[in-house]
Amino acid sequence: MSEPILAVRGLHTAIRTPSGPLEILRGVDLEVDRGETLAVVGESGSGKSFTALSIAGLLPAGAEVTSGQVLLEGRDLVALREPERRTVRGAEVGMVYQDPMTSLNPMMRIGRQVTEGLQAHGWSKDAARDRAVTVLGEVGLPSPQALMRLYPHQLSGGMRQRVLIACAIAPRPKVLIADEPTTALDVTIQQQIIQLVARLRDEYGIAVVWITHDLGVVARIADRVAVVYAGRVTELARTRSLFATPHHPYTDGLLRSLPTPGDPHQAPLPQIGGSPVALSALPPGCPFAPRCAHRQDRCDTEEPPLIDRAGSRAACWVPREDWHAPSAGVTGRA
Amino acid sequence: MLNWRWLGARALGALITLLGVTVVVFVVLRTIPGDAITASLGIESGTLTPAQRASLEHFYGIDRPWFAQLWAWISGVAHGDLGLSLTNGKSVTSLVASSLPVTVELAVLSALIGTAFGVVLGVLAGSRPGRASDSLTQGASLVGLAIPEFVLGTAVVTILAEAFHYFPDTGTFVPLTRSVSGNMSQILYPSLVLAVAFAANVMRTTRSEYVEMADADYVRTARGKGLSPGRVRRSHILRNATIPIVTLTGIQFGYLLGGTVIIEQIFALPGMGRLLFTAISNRDYPVVQGTVLVIAVLFVLVNLLVDLLYRMIDPRTRAS
Repeated sequence: MSEPILAVRGLHTAIRTPSGPLEILRGVDLEVDRGETLAVVGESGSGKSFTALSIAGLLPAGAEVTSGQVLLEGRDLVALREPERRTVRGAEVGMVYQDPMTSLNPMMRIGRQVTEGLQAHGWSKDAARDRAVTVLGEVGLPSPQALMRLYPHQLSGGMRQRVLIACAIAPRPKVLIADEPTTALDVTIQQQIIQLVARLRDEYGIAVVWITHDLGVVARIADRVAVVYAGRVTELARTRSLFATPHHPYTDGLLRSLPTPGDPHQAPLPQIGGSPVALSALPPGCPFAPRCAHRQDRCDTEEPPLIDRAGSRAACWVPREDWHAPSAGVTGRA
Repeated sequence: MLNWRWLGARALGALITLLGVTVVVFVVLRTIPGDAITASLGIESGTLTPAQRASLEHFYGIDRPWFAQLWAWISGVAHGDLGLSLTNGKSVTSLVASSLPVTVELAVLSALIGTAFGVVLGVLAGSRPGRASDSLTQGASLVGLAIPEFVLGTAVVTILAEAFHYFPDTGTFVPLTRSVSGNMSQILYPSLVLAVAFAANVMRTTRSEYVEMADADYVRTARGKGLSPGRVRRSHILRNATIPIVTLTGIQFGYLLGGTVIIEQIFALPGMGRLLFTAISNRDYPVVQGTVLVIAVLFVLVNLLVDLLYRMIDPRTRAS
């Protein structure tokens, strides 16, 4: 296979705190190909949103990438100076956000919100206008001409998310980063947005990085999955393979805690014991070790890198065959 | 876009406000000890015989009960007649007409200077919160708010006279239309003094709004489109911060009108403030009432204007 369109290598991102810098990302590795969707899954505080913001170059004040690379078609975005970085932002890497209710400027007409990004990347006013009308139609919004003149408060949440998607894809980016774009929407709208992004991905041939905490969403949209825990990717696999045979005990635990829809005899769901590790007090070894049922001595002293397993890569010293409890894997969901 | 029902309701509200102001001023004036007779005759008013006093009271029109006086005055106002001054017999309308332009110019100039400085300094402080420029501007604004106008005004007059031997000619007011430099020599310094507290307030609001808006999700969206920092600031942060700033400017304008009373006195400007001050000392009821009414009308109009502006700026408040 050729070079992936987006590759993240050993990405470290830290925030300033009163007691010194705190690493939020501790070496994130992932890659996405054209026309492919990579889901980045993790719980709150795992670093999944910081991964998205680091790739897009939109980290909040006080946070910065300290080392590693974000390679877009082989070009390292981290090494770019801000003015050059800006030419990439929006134009080559588009972003869709979590809360459509607050992510549009309430004082600006919809049309302008789409065209301003285009004009920032050298489109003429007229060309940007035409493109905006086209793209608002493509995201499934009715009468885009009239819609251009409306303000965000005149639209529903689902429509606003479509507008945000239109803003992101209008300049024809190579990569679309979607940071939990369905979390704030109700279930029927969620499904529409998921289908919309999948359709646009295929039509435009873009790579999608979909950040979520929802494994149900992952199963529906992703080709590949990166599971993030304590600022690192713990497992990277094809969606089907990950759901069939997880190679990291954390992934295994997440999948076991999924309910089976429509099962009237659902047994009480198992849960992962303990609580997520604090990034300010990481253990010397594997960050998941304190909660892991299959822990060995080595896990307490040495943090595992991503190790190739059958069809997958997992940051775990212990091969699946050596896990203690009988683990039949959860099947049939992918 | 203009909502006539809304405008009608606002106009009615304004009318009620003005009526309230009139009644309050009317009653308060008459509860201050002394009247036009004691004010003009001083202690000699004690030697008046009851008959003399009664005829003087009748002359000044203060022998009738206050509500009768109020009614007479209000019906006069309804016919555009603000009455006659008790001290010099001139019509209140002509007194107000000659002093109103001075005060309006003073207030508008102060508001313009104050808003300009306030917004610029607020953006400066807000775009780098926590830095030295932020602390410095914030500290300066606190000082600006804390110094009373009469202290700052007196200090400015003293410094101008002592250090620069600058004594602006205040004998007669020079309107802007006759001589810009002559007008400015009279009105610029008092405007600057009044603008200090105004700027300080605008600066504080601008700063806090800027800091809050800069953190908004839609600002991140804007940055994510690859816009330049300048465009993000103008089209997104400042555009949204405009609403609270406009609102504050309207409220502040009322305080500004109050401030002119003292500043006009210190800088010897023949404006509404000075007219009012003198009239109160002389118990010149019609002049006080007329002046206060006109100031109240000014205040109500500015507030109405701010509301209109607010509705024009913010698409969410427009009738949909």
